[in-house]
Amino acid sequence: MTEQKAARQSVAEARADGLHMINVSHAFGTHQVVKGVSVFVEPGELVCLLGPSGCGKTTLLRLAAGLEDLQVGRITIGDEVVADGQGKPQLPPEKRNVGLMFQDFALFPHLTVFENIVFGLNDRDTARRDWARETLSTMGLAEYADAFPHVLSGGQQQRVALLRALAPAPRVLLLDEPFSGLDVNRRAQIRQDTFQILTDLGIATLMVTHDPEEAMFMADRILVMQDGRIVQSGQPVDIYFHPETAFVAELFGPVNRLECRIEGDALISPLGRHPAPEGVAAGVPMELLIRPEALNLAPLPTGGTPGDACLLTVLSARSLGRSTHLALRLDDGAGGTVLNARMPGVFQPEIGTQVTARVAPENLLVFPVDGA
Amino acid sequence: MRHAAAVSGRFSVRQLIARLTPDRWGAATLAVALFVATPLIAVASIALTPAPDIWRHLYDTVLFGYIERTLILIAGLGLGTFILGTGTAWLVTMCRFPGRGLFNWALVLPLAVPTYILAFVFTDQLEYAGNLQVALREIFGWRDRQDYWFPEIRSMGGAITVMTLVLYPYVYLLARAAFLEQSVCVLEVSRTLGKSAWQCFWQVALPLARPAIVVGMTLAMMEALNDFGTVDFFGVKTFTAGIYDVWLNMDNISGAAQLASVLMIFVVVLVVLERMARRGQRYHHTSTKVQALPSYQLRGWRAGLAIAFCALPILLGFVLPASVLTSYAVVFFEVTLNANYLTITLNSILLSASAAVAAVAIGLILAYGLRMGEGPLPRAAVRFASIGYAVPGAVLAIGVIVPMAALDNTIDHFSERVFGISTGLLLSGTVVAILYGYLTRFLALSFGTVEAGLGKVSRNMDGAARTLGASPLRAMSRIHFPLIRTSLLTAGLLVFVDCMKELPITIILRPFGYDTLATFVFQYASDELFEESALGALTIVAAGLIPVVILALTSLRTRPGHANPGGRA
Repeated sequence: MTEQKAARQSVAEARADGLHMINVSHAFGTHQVVKGVSVFVEPGELVCLLGPSGCGKTTLLRLAAGLEDLQVGRITIGDEVVADGQGKPQLPPEKRNVGLMFQDFALFPHLTVFENIVFGLNDRDTARRDWARETLSTMGLAEYADAFPHVLSGGQQQRVALLRALAPAPRVLLLDEPFSGLDVNRRAQIRQDTFQILTDLGIATLMVTHDPEEAMFMADRILVMQDGRIVQSGQPVDIYFHPETAFVAELFGPVNRLECRIEGDALISPLGRHPAPEGVAAGVPMELLIRPEALNLAPLPTGGTPGDACLLTVLSARSLGRSTHLALRLDDGAGGTVLNARMPGVFQPEIGTQVTARVAPENLLVFPVDGA
Repeated sequence: MRHAAAVSGRFSVRQLIARLTPDRWGAATLAVALFVATPLIAVASIALTPAPDIWRHLYDTVLFGYIERTLILIAGLGLGTFILGTGTAWLVTMCRFPGRGLFNWALVLPLAVPTYILAFVFTDQLEYAGNLQVALREIFGWRDRQDYWFPEIRSMGGAITVMTLVLYPYVYLLARAAFLEQSVCVLEVSRTLGKSAWQCFWQVALPLARPAIVVGMTLAMMEALNDFGTVDFFGVKTFTAGIYDVWLNMDNISGAAQLASVLMIFVVVLVVLERMARRGQRYHHTSTKVQALPSYQLRGWRAGLAIAFCALPILLGFVLPASVLTSYAVVFFEVTLNANYLTITLNSILLSASAAVAAVAIGLILAYGLRMGEGPLPRAAVRFASIGYAVPGAVLAIGVIVPMAALDNTIDHFSERVFGISTGLLLSGTVVAILYGYLTRFLALSFGTVEAGLGKVSRNMDGAARTLGASPLRAMSRIHFPLIRTSLLTAGLLVFVDCMKELPITIILRPFGYDTLATFVFQYASDELFEESALGALTIVAAGLIPVVILALTSLRTRPGHANPGGRA
């Protein structure tokens, strides 16, 4: 037990190191993939780079690990400058003491599970070896220590890869799409376990993902990347509820798009008249984005429509078990607009009947039309 | 915004410079690739140098004969290997009949027999004094040639037959793999649409396998262009025989070089065909469902025909030569031993082993160079250097001797001017020249095998090792080497065996009085003393069996639709 404590201690000491990437730019050939990005991961913090594939997030991770040579900018770990884009020699990856877990796990097929995990350890480092062995058994993988990686399931491989990255007590942990190689069914549980391990260790972690739900679950802070730049950063709830651009809003899934305009302090849209959100200028062509789950539907009450709700015709209602997916027609006089809605639980009005729809003011996402 | 634009401007310039000047790995790769490719470059430059008077002469005398005979040879061989290779592949993959399991791997066996050895065996058995004609005369009471007609084996037809019998396995292997990979769904759909098994073959399976079959046929044709022993022995004057004749008998190396450049046109056509077919192979998987194949059960006379069709090439292409050689080897054991058999075998083994080590080492450097280095230039150079497999040995020999003689002369002049000593010919006319030829011809084999092995080591494994504290050297020794060890061994073995069999390069470039098993057997056969060299021929066949057995084993193991126990979940 005392060894384990000592091992934890050494991880806790490493915790004092954060990762700072300042004004980093990177190009492959003439293709600029990272354009002046700064990323700060403070000790004990888990920061998530969220964005579609090709936005430059994995390149940032590889730059932090030293697997790509830094071209412009500066990277520090703790107090140490590990790379400086001024043509100075860069600290090679093996000297940086960062842990990196790959999307495909990159386990060494010719080494056993245990040999994989202790690959980064000195032969004499018995404390860390013992720590690795104990953690392997708390993960329920003790019986596989001498097995080869290919006999493990995807989830087990993920845990081995994580343990291998953590074994040398890295100063910073880098995770590249850590859950995307896994079955959907197992993903939630493995995510939960991983979150627990990282929280216990309190290690500064930079994670890359294209899955917003994953980012929301894991991150203390999310940096949304688009086309080599960071377009928004903040806490997960901020990113979800206060997206600064339509791109960020649409990261979380398809949305309903409606034309709208601002008149005085009112937002006029096919859904009716709502108070205009703050900071929206009048006169610019705007569009209104509404998430399917933000449409609050109710059966039509007997005796007419309440003034603040609008009427929608049900085109289809398919129960998905946990929620119901509905397609609805908004009668705007010109052929109608189809809206998608998602209601929790079972909500199955008759096809062709009308329902009322309300949207809470904070769920009205208004942005200038693209290109305007 | 402005910052990013400035950055991208600065980098496009830097990247452009980087593109023109490859990094350390790129430069090393480029240098090694150019070294291996020098004979190819030499041949190409000779081909592009006008030599009107030589052309006039060639045009008036031999050129069209060579073209005609070479075309007939590869056309006949193409047809023969197509029928034998595709037919046997279809039978063993799609039909069930007695002996199928045996034929499945035994059909590869003839690949172990070099064409020239089968030519010697056939001649020995089928000529006027051969066993068959003697037996026929005894049975029918014929007294001499006037009494009956018998086909002449030393002819174009004989050459096509002999080459088809040992080269059809190229088509067989590729067609078989293509049939096995074909989704059963496609065949089942065509059955449900009312096609018979026979119609399925012609309308679905064959068109789908066509790219693979074309690749197999072009490989067989390249081997046929390379062959020297058979055509020389049979007196069929093709290009390869012509080059040898013009060079060594008429002592006209520039004439030989011009012939070689025409032969290269054939090679280029074949290479282009092969590449196009390989590209076509990618589009042929519409469904990935693979299960046990339908297996039409053959009975009665149909089964008999299938057995005969599969057994014939094995009997003629392997069993017959192996047994004839074995019986001669036993009878003439001491004669062969006295003819320096051991020294010659040692020569062959040393030469082949050196070539194998060199080819693997260079293949490894090139494969690593492409993995580590960036830039299109080294990549193109490596692709060019590995085209040697398609270039006939006689052509490569010219490509080796021209630059090597130039180098020798330069050294000689330099040394005579500076030190007053003539060094003579240092390299040409030594085994170094043979090794160089082998290297250029067989590099593709070692490079391809090593590259495929290295491909199994993902770049992320490199990254994982590095971030875990391993230096590049340690990553190489702990991760790469254990993972590609088998590939290196395989590559070495393949090159070794091909060098043991190699005849045209060796016979042209060998030093005076130096023999390998191949040249020894060829010399004896040419002198009508084939029986006395049978032990040597048998040794070559035995060496040739090693990769064939490995091939048979591995291709059986990786059959789709059958459980792969080591596979990932």
